[in-house]
Amino acid sequence: MSPTALVEPIKLEVKNLNLYYDQKRALNGVSMKIPEKKVTAFIGPSGCGKSTLLRCFNRMNDLVDACRVEGEIVLDGKNIYDKSVDVAELRRQVGMVFQKPNPFPKTIYENVAYGLRLQGVKSKRVLDEVVEKSLRGAALWDEVKDRLHDNAFGLSGGQQQRLVIARAIAIEPEVILLDEPASALDPISTLKIEELINELKHQYTIVIVTHNMQQAARVSDYTAFMYMGDLIEHDLTDTLFTNPSKKQTEDYITGRYG
Amino acid sequence: MKNFVKAQADWFKSGSPWIWLNGGAVAICMVMVVGLLGLIAIRGFGHFWPADILQTSIIDREGARHIIMGEEVRSEIIPAAVARDGGYIVEQDVELITRYLFKMGNRDVNGRDFSWFLETGMEKWEYPADAISIERREWGNFYGYPVAIKENDKLISELSSADFWQQLEQRLNRALDLHGQIHRIEKSDIGTINKRMDDLRLDRRRLELDGVTGAQLTAADADFAARRAELEAEYSLIKKTRDDLLAQATRDKLIARTADGKEVVIAFDHIVRITRPNEMGVFAKLGQYAERFWEFISDEPREANTEGGIFPAIFGTLTMVIVMSIMVTPFGVLAAIYLREYAKQGTFLKIIRISVYNLAGVPSIVYGVFGLGFFVYTLGGNLDELFYAESLPSPTFGTPGLFWASLTLALLTLPIVIVSTEEGLSRIPSTIRQGSLALGATKAETLWKVVVPLATPAMMTGLILAIARAAGEVAPLMLVGVVKLAPALPVDGNYPYLHLDQKIMHLGFHIYDVGFQSPNVEAARPLVYATSLTLVLLIIALNITAIKIRNNLREKYRSASD
Repeated sequence: MSPTALVEPIKLEVKNLNLYYDQKRALNGVSMKIPEKKVTAFIGPSGCGKSTLLRCFNRMNDLVDACRVEGEIVLDGKNIYDKSVDVAELRRQVGMVFQKPNPFPKTIYENVAYGLRLQGVKSKRVLDEVVEKSLRGAALWDEVKDRLHDNAFGLSGGQQQRLVIARAIAIEPEVILLDEPASALDPISTLKIEELINELKHQYTIVIVTHNMQQAARVSDYTAFMYMGDLIEHDLTDTLFTNPSKKQTEDYITGRYG
Repeated sequence: MKNFVKAQADWFKSGSPWIWLNGGAVAICMVMVVGLLGLIAIRGFGHFWPADILQTSIIDREGARHIIMGEEVRSEIIPAAVARDGGYIVEQDVELITRYLFKMGNRDVNGRDFSWFLETGMEKWEYPADAISIERREWGNFYGYPVAIKENDKLISELSSADFWQQLEQRLNRALDLHGQIHRIEKSDIGTINKRMDDLRLDRRRLELDGVTGAQLTAADADFAARRAELEAEYSLIKKTRDDLLAQATRDKLIARTADGKEVVIAFDHIVRITRPNEMGVFAKLGQYAERFWEFISDEPREANTEGGIFPAIFGTLTMVIVMSIMVTPFGVLAAIYLREYAKQGTFLKIIRISVYNLAGVPSIVYGVFGLGFFVYTLGGNLDELFYAESLPSPTFGTPGLFWASLTLALLTLPIVIVSTEEGLSRIPSTIRQGSLALGATKAETLWKVVVPLATPAMMTGLILAIARAAGEVAPLMLVGVVKLAPALPVDGNYPYLHLDQKIMHLGFHIYDVGFQSPNVEAARPLVYATSLTLVLLIIALNITAIKIRNNLREKYRSASD
């Protein structure tokens, strides 16, 4: 199922994806196309599989022992579940930001430089440059430029979340996955994150999971509605919210269940 | 009545009884801790206070009168019948009687230096101003009056002369200085030469073991002989210096008189300290107190550990605990990381974990036996054959020593470190790990760059507990490396500086030895308290250091472990 008016180039394509936790099926033959340099939002009630699907894009589900995946996810023409894929390399291409801010127990500078250091970048000049660029990209530079070498835990929750985004974009991924990035934040920090997403979509393909339908309506170009492991509807955000084609979608966005 | 019952029921319902119960338990704990520390602190610290010297006269069993002099140690009340049975003459109507324990010193004159005396027949106590207490290197303290100072056989000064006390102090300082020099030469200079002589012997033995031909050995022998001659020349030079110093040190003698009039000659180089406590004010006594306390902390023991200091024991305990920490931390941490992060969780792992936890409950003497049997005899014996064959049959590592003691303690404390590290690792939120993995880090990179640093406070907690346990352990150490009196510290100026094969002294064992194996129980008693106090203080100091480090780490990684 795909938006009818999808004209943009496709970044990610999910082909008949089934996912099991032990015997329990969490995703039922999901197929969808995610357009490049656009924001796609996943909405749906708790436990509908939207986070699970998101975690398939960078294979974070591999960490769960009992998890088994069938089907394909194609990134730039290559199946990421292929045996030849280097998972670490894939995760450099597909960055991820989690629900709760999770900075490392290091300085602000070292948090942003972490990904680069993993890749063996040692030059201080390069690191300085990338750290500044990434912090500017995450709209955090002006707030932290005088305390780059302070511990990251000294930042507020909203700042920590933007730091985590800066950390993700420092390694220049192509896709950024956001797993309810603002659900642990206050309204003002949430607003800042949303503005940031609007900025970032010019350069990155963004997939965001959110519980907040207003947020989905504000930040996304496309929205996918999921229910009980099924992808019910995937369309332009405007279309989905104003003129949903499925009864279930309408019930959900009008608040009749979920 | 009804109201009272209701009020009582309400009181029970409010939960107050539990609060009182808990509060009471805490209060009892505090009383016991404070009481214990207070007791050893008072008994231990009191020992260094210069006590007044009293003189009085008593009537002995035969009814004869004697003049006695000494320090009062303590008194007790006994039934008069006991005294009568002991042969003393006590009046019929007396039921209870006080007796006093005096430290009389003068072991060389009286044969024993502590004695009980009954209050009956005892005259008034006097504190003569001229009475002196001399701390000697042999025979314990001397109490009495100074008479004169002699240089060789020439009379220099008498008690009545104006410059007597000044002369005494001057000559004592000179003797102490000379003694220090002699001690230094014997310890370090002669020690070094002995070590080099021994090295020569071992070098030659090594050549023999290597199986070199006779001709080569003869050639080497010539070289060895030359080097030995060189060392011997050096040695005789040093020895001459030492003998000269010794001759100078024995030059001065002090003539002193005991309270009952016997004259005693004491060479100045046998004297550690002369005090006139009856003459001293509070400040002078405080100064004296500090000096004695410092001597206790910083000096070597004398007279079968009943006098002098405990520095080697402090140093030995500290070195052993540090070596143990260096060994147990990496092992424990690596084992915990493997168990928690890599091992497949299942029945087998459960069995391993239970075994590790149970190791913590094995009696420590069992570790001592294992250490002796496995580490010392098996491992040490093999090490000797492989690397120290030239000094066999005298063992190097095949005998109890610092390394084996530390290793045994490391084994003993390993479960503690493993358990707390594992707990620390399991507390690290999974989001942090995922954050690192999502940036393209491998599992190992995530572990070492993010997870392990976050778990360091937990590791430090484990180490703190391990140190507290190890520093106070005595039983296993008796088997694997701790001795009553070690001839040298395990750290010195000779290569390789830290001598892991040496035997060490240990505060815990020192307490046991001084308290129960000492020939002079009364003299040793205060030292038992003082040594106990030092051990407690040392453990507290070690713990505080470790806790400080842990708190710093916690502060650094504050909110991540919330």
